Amino acid sequence: MSTPPPHPPAAADRRALVRTPAQAFRHGMVQALPFLLVLVPFALLFGVVASAAGLEVSQTMGFSVLVLAGASQFTAVQLMTDQAPTLLVLASALAVNLRMAMYSASLTPYLGHAPAWQRALFAYLLVDQTYGMSIQHYERHPRLTIAQRAAYFLGASVVCCPTWALVTWVGATTGNAIPAHWPLDFAVPITFLAMIAPMLRTRAHVAAAVVAVLAALALAGLPSGSGLLIAAPLGMAAGALVETRVERTRARAAAHGPAGGA
Amino acid sequence: MSAQMQGWSDAQIWGIIAVLAVGTFLIRWSFLGVMGNRPLPLWAQRLLRYTAVAVLPALVAPLVAWPAATGGRPEPARIAAAAVTVLVGLATRNTLAAILGGGLTLVAAMTLI
Repeated sequence: MSTPPPHPPAAADRRALVRTPAQAFRHGMVQALPFLLVLVPFALLFGVVASAAGLEVSQTMGFSVLVLAGASQFTAVQLMTDQAPTLLVLASALAVNLRMAMYSASLTPYLGHAPAWQRALFAYLLVDQTYGMSIQHYERHPRLTIAQRAAYFLGASVVCCPTWALVTWVGATTGNAIPAHWPLDFAVPITFLAMIAPMLRTRAHVAAAVVAVLAALALAGLPSGSGLLIAAPLGMAAGALVETRVERTRARAAAHGPAGGA
Repeated sequence: MSAQMQGWSDAQIWGIIAVLAVGTFLIRWSFLGVMGNRPLPLWAQRLLRYTAVAVLPALVAPLVAWPAATGGRPEPARIAAAAVTVLVGLATRNTLAAILGGGLTLVAAMTLI
């Protein structure tokens, strides 16, 4: 989600390195504020959609506090509304979160030496926004101490995560005010498409999405959306395959040198 | 509100929440928690990179093509809204702008048609 950071100006690097943990915490908080522009409407929408689907406020909050992963919460509620079997609900919602294994892996070199209880806390708070901000910050300032890194991460989390829960609650308790004829059924498709489109940065990402869509449409006749379980892995494989191809072509071009037109 | 989600008992709903909570935590904790500094194998990184971008469109495609709200008949307003969402998202790289674009298109198309 993040473009490679430009080389940091020496002054910014020096400032980052002398911050106390408390200052690093505040720095993380301030830098997280713009992300609320996306997070707040998204959380509001989850609250509204979940209560329109018939979830009680406590259950809606259970999703936002305990699962704390927007896209998978929407996935679960959508499939439950469609009366999909429990296993399919669980498998799909967890599959949406598999990308977070990658986040976890890529943060390990920076936070892996923190105490176990802290790493468990980081894991609970690891969402798209906190990951994106932190990895960018750590790569830009490689000589930060563990305490500075942890404080920055927690500062970002303290802005993003409680807000997610709080705004979900607002959506869940005021959702009844929305007129019944509003096409709320389409909130989830629009939200997901809006999340995906900016991610389509490379040919491999596009290939993954296109293959997944075509397969899902072709398999739509299968019972209760189980076509998803076939379409999604096909899309992932297509993405990985195209990435391998592109890399191989690039390696060959590099081996031939810039002048060796192939 | 005493509304109950159709087809699901309270226990089933809480069961789903609990499994998702634990499962999601374990996914996030995986490498930070156990793997230490060992890097993920390249092939696994490759596949994981494309999970979101494959799962979400696969989930959405049938909802766009055959919306339950229209009894499964394809509907121009919803298809137009989906198309605008994707185009705005591609052009601006901004999720919020894409949501607004798609939402406004849907409302406009439904009032016009």
